[in-house]
Amino acid sequence: MTNVKYNHHIDSEISFTYIVNQKKLTLVASLGVTLGIAVYVFMSSMTAGFSRSTDASIFKTTPHIRIYKDDEISESLIANHTNDKQLALIVNPKVIPQTDRIINPDDIVVRLKQQQNVTVVSPQVTVSVFYNNGQSLITGAASGVNIEAADKMFNIQSTMVDGKMTDLNTVPNGILLGVGIAAKMSVKPGDHITLTSSRNVVKVMKVTGLFQTKNSVIDKTKSFINISAAQQLLNEGPTYVSDIDVDIADFNSAPVYASKFSALTGYKAEDWESANQTLVAGSAMREIVITGISLSILLVAGFGIYNILNMTISQKINDIAILKAMGFQGKDVIRIFVLQAFIIGLIGLFIGCLLGWINAANVDPVTIFRK
Amino acid sequence: MAAELILKADKIGKYFYDPVKFKVLNDISITVNRGEFVTLIGKSGCGKSTLLYILSTMDTAYEGTLTIENNIITGQKNDDLAILRNEKIGFVFQFHYLLPEFSCLKNVMIPALKLGNLPREEIEERAYAKLTLLGLKDQALKLSSKLSGGQQQRVAIARALINDPLIIMGDEPTGNLDSKNSEIVFDTFQQLSHELKQSIIVVTHDNDFAKKSDRIIEMLDGAIIQR
Repeated sequence: MTNVKYNHHIDSEISFTYIVNQKKLTLVASLGVTLGIAVYVFMSSMTAGFSRSTDASIFKTTPHIRIYKDDEISESLIANHTNDKQLALIVNPKVIPQTDRIINPDDIVVRLKQQQNVTVVSPQVTVSVFYNNGQSLITGAASGVNIEAADKMFNIQSTMVDGKMTDLNTVPNGILLGVGIAAKMSVKPGDHITLTSSRNVVKVMKVTGLFQTKNSVIDKTKSFINISAAQQLLNEGPTYVSDIDVDIADFNSAPVYASKFSALTGYKAEDWESANQTLVAGSAMREIVITGISLSILLVAGFGIYNILNMTISQKINDIAILKAMGFQGKDVIRIFVLQAFIIGLIGLFIGCLLGWINAANVDPVTIFRK
Repeated sequence: MAAELILKADKIGKYFYDPVKFKVLNDISITVNRGEFVTLIGKSGCGKSTLLYILSTMDTAYEGTLTIENNIITGQKNDDLAILRNEKIGFVFQFHYLLPEFSCLKNVMIPALKLGNLPREEIEERAYAKLTLLGLKDQALKLSSKLSGGQQQRVAIARALINDPLIIMGDEPTGNLDSKNSEIVFDTFQQLSHELKQSIIVVTHDNDFAKKSDRIIEMLDGAIIQR
């Protein structure tokens, strides 16, 4: 009927006037959104932080992927299916007595290092040992490692509470002890401690440092020694390696790489998620709960806007009649009020993000697990 | 020169259903010519305001047909009617009905801004001209809610005029004005109809006001008794 030559955006002009003139209403409505968004941002940051800290504590003791020789179970010599003329031969499945060593570890290490996204490869010799000092005796596990590679992987340096980590390279028969062992044995860096391996080899080691992972089981059993010392404890030669630990760039894709490395090396490759299933399941559940809570808070905030908008419309019913008499169409009127709600939502979103960020930043330095 | 027919209502009937079915308007037929100043009078409840709302296209639930400028209005969609109202009909309510949060000037400008036929500066100029015409130039930038009743009523008239509508309709535009303000409103209407050839339909209780108009239509119980 008419051809509009100019668009003066009168609808948005009316919305803005309403927003500016009904300051209290705008404030209350956007406050609802602000709180919703702030809590949402805060909760999400907290979940992300918790998972990150859980992951970090997992990776202080667990590599992304661990490659080792798995035990094999013997199979029946003949196919164990029966027909009328054949008898089934029953064989007790048992572990095949084989060495648990990885054959030609140097070659495997080189090949793993050539893979894409592999950050650290650390060959290891794990020995079950008795720590012995005078009368006290503790069972535990000593990890024979190249300390630089192990540090890159487990960040040992950050857990050191006494002594020097790098002394392991220079002190012959040096050992890094968990603080739990040190406390029970009442030893400190510089003291000596006796290790007895499962192969009945006895070695006197010199304590060069103490570490604390805050996982008390680890702190009470674990120690780091040189890989050659570990090989001697097991009466094995310098090619003996029991595990190869691998770190990759993105730990979330560990399961994919695990199966790839398993095919590449021919040994069992276990990713950290299958090694820590209870922890992973726990953090997944926590994430679901917190996401659920924050989403319902957002929903409540959304209903808040809807409510306030309803209130505005019933207050402005006179204005709507006037606007319609002056020739505003239904959709123009809807646009006025939806735009008003949208802007209120935006204000709330902006302040909410800021508030959530400030909250999260203030909570960040708080440590819950400090002893 | 033969009078040009602007608005034609043919056998308009209207029912109210609450509390019982009741025929408010009984087959009313009227015509309004260009530049004619018509007043509708009658006792309270005779249906004159109801008729005016139908003529203004704001009420669409009626029988019969309404024609404006040879276009049949009856049965058109609400959105099309809104565009038509915006361009061709100016409306003045009994209780001024300005948007209280806007200045007088903005109130007057809004229908023209909605129409969008002119650039903003020109609309502002025209709005000033209309306010000057009604003696309100110095009040232009005040909030409309800060003005007296008479002043608000005149702002509402200025707003009805901004798009130079074909027809101006008023529902008791002088209903709560003193005689001086009533006179200003009447003179403005007369000037508009005679000089600018805009048709004017006004519902009023004020017999003196009616007598001075071009034509009086008197209603009683939903029917026209005197033209």
